[in-house]
Amino acid sequence: MIEIKMPKLGESVTEGTLSRWLKQVGEPVHRYEPIAEIITDKVTAELPAEADGILMRHLVQEGETVAAGTPVALMETFTSGVPRASGSGAGAGSGPAKVPQAAGPESARGRDGRSGVAGASGSGLRGRYSPAVRKLAREYNVRLEGIPGTGAGGRVTRRDVLAWLEGATMQSAPRPAGASQGILTGETALAEQTPDDVEVIEASPIRRAIARHMVESVHAAPHAWTMVEADVTGLVRLRDRIKEDFRRREGIPLTFMPFFLKAVAESLREFPILNSSWADDRIIMKKRIHLSVAVATEDALFVPVIRDADRLSITGLAHALHDLATRARQGRLKTQDMEGGTFTVNNTGAFGSVLSKPILNGGQAAILSVEAIVKRPVVMPGDMLAIRSMVNLCLSLDHRVLDGWISGRFLQSVKRRLEAYREDGGI
Amino acid sequence: MAVKTYIEAVRDALREEMERDSSVFVLGEDVGVRGGVFRATVGLIEQFGPERVLDAPLAESAIVGVAIGASLYGMRPVAEIQFADFILPAVNQIISEAAKMRYRSNNDWYCPLVIRAPYGGGVHGALYHSQSVEALFYHVPGLKVVAPATPYDVKGLLKSAIRDDDPVLFFEHKKCYRSIKGEVPEEDYVVPIGRARVAREGTDITVISYGMTLHTALEAAAEVEKEGISAHVLDLRTLRPLDEAAILEAADKTGKVMIIHEDNKVGGVGAEVSALIAEKALFSLDAPVMRLAGPEIPAMPFNRELEKSYLVTAPRIAEAMRELARF
Repeated sequence: MIEIKMPKLGESVTEGTLSRWLKQVGEPVHRYEPIAEIITDKVTAELPAEADGILMRHLVQEGETVAAGTPVALMETFTSGVPRASGSGAGAGSGPAKVPQAAGPESARGRDGRSGVAGASGSGLRGRYSPAVRKLAREYNVRLEGIPGTGAGGRVTRRDVLAWLEGATMQSAPRPAGASQGILTGETALAEQTPDDVEVIEASPIRRAIARHMVESVHAAPHAWTMVEADVTGLVRLRDRIKEDFRRREGIPLTFMPFFLKAVAESLREFPILNSSWADDRIIMKKRIHLSVAVATEDALFVPVIRDADRLSITGLAHALHDLATRARQGRLKTQDMEGGTFTVNNTGAFGSVLSKPILNGGQAAILSVEAIVKRPVVMPGDMLAIRSMVNLCLSLDHRVLDGWISGRFLQSVKRRLEAYREDGGI
Repeated sequence: MAVKTYIEAVRDALREEMERDSSVFVLGEDVGVRGGVFRATVGLIEQFGPERVLDAPLAESAIVGVAIGASLYGMRPVAEIQFADFILPAVNQIISEAAKMRYRSNNDWYCPLVIRAPYGGGVHGALYHSQSVEALFYHVPGLKVVAPATPYDVKGLLKSAIRDDDPVLFFEHKKCYRSIKGEVPEEDYVVPIGRARVAREGTDITVISYGMTLHTALEAAAEVEKEGISAHVLDLRTLRPLDEAAILEAADKTGKVMIIHEDNKVGGVGAEVSALIAEKALFSLDAPVMRLAGPEIPAMPFNRELEKSYLVTAPRIAEAMRELARF
């Protein structure tokens, strides 16, 4: 009897939610065959069996979240293709095992003496490729590891490759080399040619998920980009004045982000078309404003959501943000934390950027980057020069939903709200 | 177009060829007055007389020997072996004489001979009336081996065989005789020897067969289609020479090939087809080539249940098709 454990599916992922059992108790399973579906913060993955055998017990219920390494199932393993008679001795205690109708090579061989395919039906075929599949992979420069296999034991069939290629070409006609889902191998092949000059890093599941989302987003939505600059001198002075007080009172630092989030949330109420998404020739305009906030860690990018951001005060936004950012860095975000965002605010200024062109968060119509606040000489009314704290607000938009005019008005609205803060004001 | 049985198509081909060419004649056991044990030659003796419809003694070596001799004298004999099981006494004539005539005479002599032989089981014929013997001749250069599955092909291929200047073994599956019907043109036409035919278009698996098992395969294909498995079925029609291009094309179509015949698996026609695909279409293959054939026992049993277990039945083919599709 062996235990199957919750795997660690990424650098910062410490737990996983068992979303669905794919194999029931008593069912035979082959090595590498998926037995359950797992959701982590960023990815949905399949949990493979570690050996041929029979699934004996589920230790975790569907929907339950457990830490990586926690046993989730018990399996009776096969020895030499025959299920060991568990429960034959009194000591087994778990009752008689439901032994399946022999599903291995034994039964597959019919009376007519055929074998061929029969002998190979099942175990361990994932990762073994037929000549036809290898030929296709070479012809189309495709890496097979990323293609879902529907054949016996998860084998990638010729049809799987063709279906994948068809899907890939339908997604985008002119495909940038190596850009799609990390499976086309243009770049990899180059890397392999000069082994001394490069180091090949296998992408983590999170990295792959990010890559996939980015590619999907870029391919799905025609991005347009626009920028305004805002004079946030008043805001900077206000924050300087109240930040110590705020920390003492709230226990968390007061950053600029809550101010930006509030300005964005209020402007979204004014221009709800930016709080929408494109769906098959229709525009879905969302009434509730759930702001996705990009939080970068060393190796990953999380986009947790502040729900109903327009109903929160600066203080409320500061707390929500602090909570999400902390949990993101500790790897404690849950899937639910990432769901339902309607508009994304990206704090690129945190790493000193003054200009960026963000990629849309899939399913949303626009994304705003808040750049670094920098002091610059600015021409003021009356042709005077002054040193002001300036910030660039960069907006990428889905041009299917939005045009420059409405986007510009939205940005002006955000700008107006930010510029309205005064040193002597309150929050 | 008239719908005819398989055996009616045989009879039509014989009559039309005898009408067309006076050098064509038939010989065999009971082919004359009796009209053949399966009634394939019925009416021919009345129409063409005993000089062109010869009742032969129970001596297959003599039937084939006489036919070879006549063919060397410019005649076009169509010899009937009553059951393919009894062709063995004539094998020496066929292999040592007929097959080699052209080669050993440096093209001076040739042997325009057709040997018709009803073969196969599933008709409750027991050991000596149920065998499939095509593989015995399959190995021999100089012979052509034809095994049609439909009335249309029987008529067209038998005409081609009679008009061919080299010896042709024409295997007619007994079970097809009255159970398989199809449209057959009244007018003269031929089906060329050496050409396979796509019996059914499909995309998931390729099934290659001939004779009666072709129909069983089509039945199974219709069954698995309900489950979403689309089978491409190729009817070989001629076993020697094989239609290599058609076989490779069919294999390439799906990459998953199954060969079905009633004859034993070991050393059967399926082995050759399989080897051909392995040799020439490796990079089209998405699964091991599968063979579904008769079991490794000497002959078809008489007992009804055992006979059924010997045969490659539609449920068995359907199960193999599912397995291949899943692979």
